[in-house]
Amino acid sequence: MRYAETGYNLEIDLSRGNIERVETDPRDTELYLGGLGTNAKIIWDRVPPETEPFSPDNLLIFSAGLLGGTPATGANRTMVTSISPQTRLFAYSMMGGFWAPELKFAGYDKVILRGKSPNLVYIWIHNDKVEIRDASHLQGKGSVEVQDLIKQELNEPNAQVAAIGLAGENKVYFASIEQGRSSCSRQGLGAVMGSKNVKAIAVRGTRDINIAKPDEFIELINEVLEYIKWRNENPIPNYMPILAGLGSPQEMKHDDEKWHTENFVWGNARYRRKGFWTKEIAEDWKESMATMQRRLISCFNCPMKCGATISPPGQPTYMMKCFTKLTYTMAAFANLEFGLGIAQSATEYGVDGYSAPQVMAFALELLEAGILTDHDFPGMPPDSEGRFHWLLDRIVRREGIGDILADGTYWAAEKIGNGAHEYAHNNIKKHEQLPLKLSMLDPIYYLMYCTNEKVTITQIEGNFPQAPFATQEEREAFVSNWIQAPNERIKQYVLDWEPRTAPYFPTPDMCCEIVDWMERMHYIDDAVGMCAGLSAFPLKPPYHIHNYPKLISAATGIEMDEETLIQTTKRYRNLVRANNIIRGMRRIDEVPPEDHWKKRFPELEKELLDKYYKYKGWNNDGVPTKETLHDLGLDYVAEEFEKRGIYSETPSYEISAEKEKEV
Amino acid sequence: MSKKIIKTIKIDADKCNGCRACEVVCAAFHATPKYSSVNPARSRIRLIRDPIKDIFLPVYAGELATAECMGRDKYILDGKEYEECAFCRASCPSRDIFKEPDSGLPLKCDMCEGEKEPLCVKWCLEEALIYEEREEDVEEEVKPDEIEQGLQSLLDKHGLEKLVDTLTRMSEKD
Ligand code: SF4
Ligand code: SF4
Ligand code: SF4
Repeated sequence: MRYAETGYNLEIDLSRGNIERVETDPRDTELYLGGLGTNAKIIWDRVPPETEPFSPDNLLIFSAGLLGGTPATGANRTMVTSISPQTRLFAYSMMGGFWAPELKFAGYDKVILRGKSPNLVYIWIHNDKVEIRDASHLQGKGSVEVQDLIKQELNEPNAQVAAIGLAGENKVYFASIEQGRSSCSRQGLGAVMGSKNVKAIAVRGTRDINIAKPDEFIELINEVLEYIKWRNENPIPNYMPILAGLGSPQEMKHDDEKWHTENFVWGNARYRRKGFWTKEIAEDWKESMATMQRRLISCFNCPMKCGATISPPGQPTYMMKCFTKLTYTMAAFANLEFGLGIAQSATEYGVDGYSAPQVMAFALELLEAGILTDHDFPGMPPDSEGRFHWLLDRIVRREGIGDILADGTYWAAEKIGNGAHEYAHNNIKKHEQLPLKLSMLDPIYYLMYCTNEKVTITQIEGNFPQAPFATQEEREAFVSNWIQAPNERIKQYVLDWEPRTAPYFPTPDMCCEIVDWMERMHYIDDAVGMCAGLSAFPLKPPYHIHNYPKLISAATGIEMDEETLIQTTKRYRNLVRANNIIRGMRRIDEVPPEDHWKKRFPELEKELLDKYYKYKGWNNDGVPTKETLHDLGLDYVAEEFEKRGIYSETPSYEISAEKEKEV
Repeated sequence: MSKKIIKTIKIDADKCNGCRACEVVCAAFHATPKYSSVNPARSRIRLIRDPIKDIFLPVYAGELATAECMGRDKYILDGKEYEECAFCRASCPSRDIFKEPDSGLPLKCDMCEGEKEPLCVKWCLEEALIYEEREEDVEEEVKPDEIEQGLQSLLDKHGLEKLVDTLTRMSEKD
């Protein structure tokens, strides 16, 4: 018997209409856990780097995590993995909600889509019964609307449906996959789904998931719940309220947006608006939220309520999560009422709430700069809010200028030329980022921005405080009950961290250790299907490196201690990187958004990256070394690198230095 | 007169966030051995959930209904239309909920026998579910018409012959 996992994947060949239930190898669970880990292995084995993102040969994997659907609070993530049309790299994005647990209850750990359906279809998984059904009548339907239509059509109110909207159908590079209150938004996985002609996957399951050591497991989960209760009553003192609690940033609960509106940047990630948050604005926004918000809602088996149902006047109700609340508002220099309204359309169209507003603000900047002209925007209304609605409609339909913008700022700039690249300035690895422009380089964030392959800053930061505490007492108080710290050294770094020591403290050596640990927590979450909001993201979460091994072991029966867990996460972390290395990613690609910080320190930055690569067991170009791969049992990766000549090539930074000399 | 403990779970549906933690723990607790598996389809509490319509309604499994009602009800509260029979607690031939998924055997909330408090209540950190106990005086003897009602339903279900057989067998054992 398999525990925690079901031991079966669903393989669907869309070209041939073939469906197979395939038993998985329990060895792979031990080596790569599940979720992101086993996804990375499947992509490595089956998608060669020459495969185009929209080729039928690309795979699109929907995976539950190893703990998904077990009683573990918050284990509800669906990890979707493919090759991204935008970054052209290994892409993994995930969504909360209810879909992954339902898949497990139906008896599967993953759904693996390959090929391309000749016409638009949706997939219906009901325990053993799996069908590919015609979806031609659902073409163009909104991604939220269609979830209901499918449930009605199947007469299954309890089915969970993950669907794309018009943007996904039209292969917009930042199209999302929407599901309930959640979405898998980053890196254009909705476009890959659209390229396969799959409108939705509906699932309903009524099977058991087994637990290996039930008493131990439930006791650990009861401790987790107790801790959550305690943390909800005890936010971190002396810390920004929005980051002092658990869960995703509690955007729906907090009305006070002074911090975001004055510290994040407006327009095309450009302008800080100091003094924006006046009393009138505070009241107006509070009013908008109060009249439109109906209820705070949670994902499967989680008490945190990070989302809300929103009913904008005259528009259908939709479900919103965290920061989408502000991205449209700030990109358009508008008010909250506008933001909540356009987000409804954007959610139905199914676009990423970070990329979409930025792409539109980018287009308007190009117009202002004369790089694009009025001819490119025929019939666009004059006001900013109207323009955003107009642009959104064009983008998701790929009409006119919308067709170019639908590829995201990087590729749009490539096509537009004429200096447009200067305006696509807030990207990492060609992918739009949160609009943040800060003053002083932050060494920890520098490393995370550069090296994390999720390519989304908010989903890679974590358990270490974002800023030093003001006084020694505050520091001591913070570490006094910091059970999550991996070791005493990390606690010492917090104790020694004085204000105004940036960017030289924490030192590069300390940064390596801190970033490695924070990243590891995300990798564990993404393999077991845990919401980072209860683990890798906030300070002092209920899940951490000390209780995770016990939980995994109690749920699965696999022997697991901290050391084994660390070794395991290293293995699939390197496999994720390997998938990108064979797709050409190197050191020169590992840079933060251009003007993210005003004060930069090239020498320090070089030292940071040099040291971190070494710490990780990667060569100076970011490629995992043969020794590293060998220690992790990944000789097959080293062999492939060898075969492709990756170890003998000229380092990317030397080539780019040469090029610079030439110009 | 004697004392009887009345156990009530107060459901404050306005506080429900739709997480289904109550279903998870109920299903896991009732697995054999306890917590050895989880499957919300076996839970004795079910969340009727339609976020877009703002419907979040936890319902507990009550008595078995051997036959479906002659007429159904459909509530509209605060402008929200609930599904047919939404508020009914019965495991009923008319619908799938409150039945074991494989055998179809009826499920019924047992207030988590043996536990200090109902587990769904414990796991609902929203306090949408509140457990209350109170004592009530009860009449010693059972009203004859209750027996009659009970027998009538057995009669409906199994037929006279089987019922008489069983009663005879049982009285022989005594
Ligand atoms: S913490 Fe928030 S986002 Fe995470 S599972 Fe819970 S409700 Fe969902
Ligand atoms: S645990 Fe509470 S909040 Fe969650 S679904 Fe059940 S009743 Fe609602
Ligand atoms: S009281 Fe116990 S048996 Fe009844 S629904 Fe709640 S968890 Fe289930």
